[in-house]
Amino acid sequence: MQINKRKTLGMTAYLLFLLVPIYWLLNMSFKKNDEILGTLTLWPNNFTFDNYITIFSDPSWYMGYVNSMIYVSMNMVITLIVALPAAYAFSRYKFVGDKHLFFWLLTNRMAPPAVFLLPFFQLYSSVGLFDTHIAVALAHCLFTVPLAVWILEGFISGVPREVDETAFIDGYSFQRFFIRIFLPMISSGIGVTAFFCFMFSWVELLLAKTLTSVEAKPIAAIMTRTVGAAGIDWGLLAAAGILTIIPGILVIYFVRNHVAKGFALGRV
Amino acid sequence: MSWMAWTGLTTTFFSVIAVILVCMTVYEIKVPCTERKGFLPISTTRGDRLFIGLLSSAYIHLAFLAVTEFSLMIALALSVIWLAILLRWG
Amino acid sequence: MKKITNNKAWFLVLPVFLLVAFSAIIPIMTVVNYSVQDIFDQNTSYFVGAEWYREMLRSPRLLDSLLRQFSYSFSVLLIEVPLGIAVALMMPAKGRMASVSLILVAIPLLIPWNVVGTIWQTFSRADIGLFGWAVNAIGIDYNYSSNASDAWFTVLLMDVWHWTSLIALLCYSGLRAIPEAFYQAARIDRASSWAIFRYIQLPRLKSVLVIGVLLRFMDSFMIYTEPFVLTGGGPGNSTTFLSQALTKMAIGQFDLGPAAAFSLIYYLIVLLVCYLFFTVINLQDKAK
Repeated sequence: MQINKRKTLGMTAYLLFLLVPIYWLLNMSFKKNDEILGTLTLWPNNFTFDNYITIFSDPSWYMGYVNSMIYVSMNMVITLIVALPAAYAFSRYKFVGDKHLFFWLLTNRMAPPAVFLLPFFQLYSSVGLFDTHIAVALAHCLFTVPLAVWILEGFISGVPREVDETAFIDGYSFQRFFIRIFLPMISSGIGVTAFFCFMFSWVELLLAKTLTSVEAKPIAAIMTRTVGAAGIDWGLLAAAGILTIIPGILVIYFVRNHVAKGFALGRV
Repeated sequence: MSWMAWTGLTTTFFSVIAVILVCMTVYEIKVPCTERKGFLPISTTRGDRLFIGLLSSAYIHLAFLAVTEFSLMIALALSVIWLAILLRWG
Repeated sequence: MKKITNNKAWFLVLPVFLLVAFSAIIPIMTVVNYSVQDIFDQNTSYFVGAEWYREMLRSPRLLDSLLRQFSYSFSVLLIEVPLGIAVALMMPAKGRMASVSLILVAIPLLIPWNVVGTIWQTFSRADIGLFGWAVNAIGIDYNYSSNASDAWFTVLLMDVWHWTSLIALLCYSGLRAIPEAFYQAARIDRASSWAIFRYIQLPRLKSVLVIGVLLRFMDSFMIYTEPFVLTGGGPGNSTTFLSQALTKMAIGQFDLGPAAAFSLIYYLIVLLVCYLFFTVINLQDKAK
């Protein structure tokens, strides 16, 4: 019992450490600017919904959320569609250059984004995709696809190859086997992969900001706009920040049951 | 393509890399190689040795630039010799 | 698992290859092209050979931010890995509390990076932020916008706040994969909780830890948005990490050539480190 008590205490301390900064943001989002900048208050003295009302009544604000959602979901779909067969190939077959291809895929997660911004901008402009959702989704594939292949490969390797062979003997074609039998078997892997795609695509700012100007501008980039002549509009910024956290909480809520199994990426 | 700012040198560089990759692939399909252990601490395939060789060649060039005033031709020659040794005995 | 040799598998990999090659190979070729030229605008550029590389390799600015980057990345790993393991061990294993704590722990991972920067920017201010105010109240003089080491500490704290959860979640799921029988055997042997951790839990965590360390190393090595929002790289250059030095050069001053050379050097370093990591993982897999 002694140990359990200590565990609970430690966990509570860690959760406090995580949540207090978020509470601070929430707290700010219900304040007016003069209260934020004036004094230190632990809760809003003049409680106001003004900041949220501004966001929900101005299309240039709320469209940012819509844009972000669109390219994140596009990215998730594209990533899963291309990564699933590739992960299957890596886990089941040996082929010329497989190890090097795998490593090369991973190295794309390490490229410093800063200097690649200008080539990216020019590349997507030259193929006429600048300021579209698909451009951001494709650019984010650069780091979500390698990760997805890596995660799914672990899961697929956990499924014995006898399963494939039995299905083929039973007369299943590859496509039917893959969709009807195989995908349900690795559903928690797919859930976790989708979570990771969401995580890295939703939070990314640099590429998304560079590849868009008006039509597909993500919320994170719109937030940098609050720096006006009168300084930063902290209340509005905080409210926008709080609203970016909510989709994340929803996503983690949906995959929470897969996390225990899935986060180990099938590699334990 | 003009925005990619190609120069003669870089075109040659990438062509050489591409040719090496194609040759290695064809060679691999014709004569599949097995892993073996040379003077490197891990056992490697031909492709591994090529990668290690290219990566270390890049570092040789950087080292030349960082500490010496010699022409890069010397570094290039050294790298080619090193790559050959690595592919043969690595 | 024994794998079958079959070169037709390339057809399954081809979509991934094309997709990633499009966004990876063309830009990196462009960066290589930039790195050997002095570029004034779209149409005016001069070939300068290896000049930028020579200049960058000898510039104290590069070496400074590289050193800063390494010390930062290692501090991050040194704090986050043990803390993450500890959190994973403390997280409740079953019941409603398990779900709740899982969701709460995951929240920081899903906040856009510039929002993370914004949170800590206000949270640590001495006049209007709870954290800055509290630290000053207990008698430590703390101001992240004027004191270099305070700024460095704040960026580190922010990273710990932001990313420890990733290690914790990875380890948590690694721990859940350990069969109950192992613990029962340990109980029969009256093993201490340290012994259980050392001989049962830690070995099973090794493979998830490798993934966690690799991800954290790569991401902390190209950290950009959070310190940019928090401190803008200052005061002085104390929190100007590699990515930021690069962006300043490429976008701020439009020194495309030097910035490209700098980033290729940077890429080579990361490539080497990750190759070593990858080789180690492969050796481990083989040993199994």
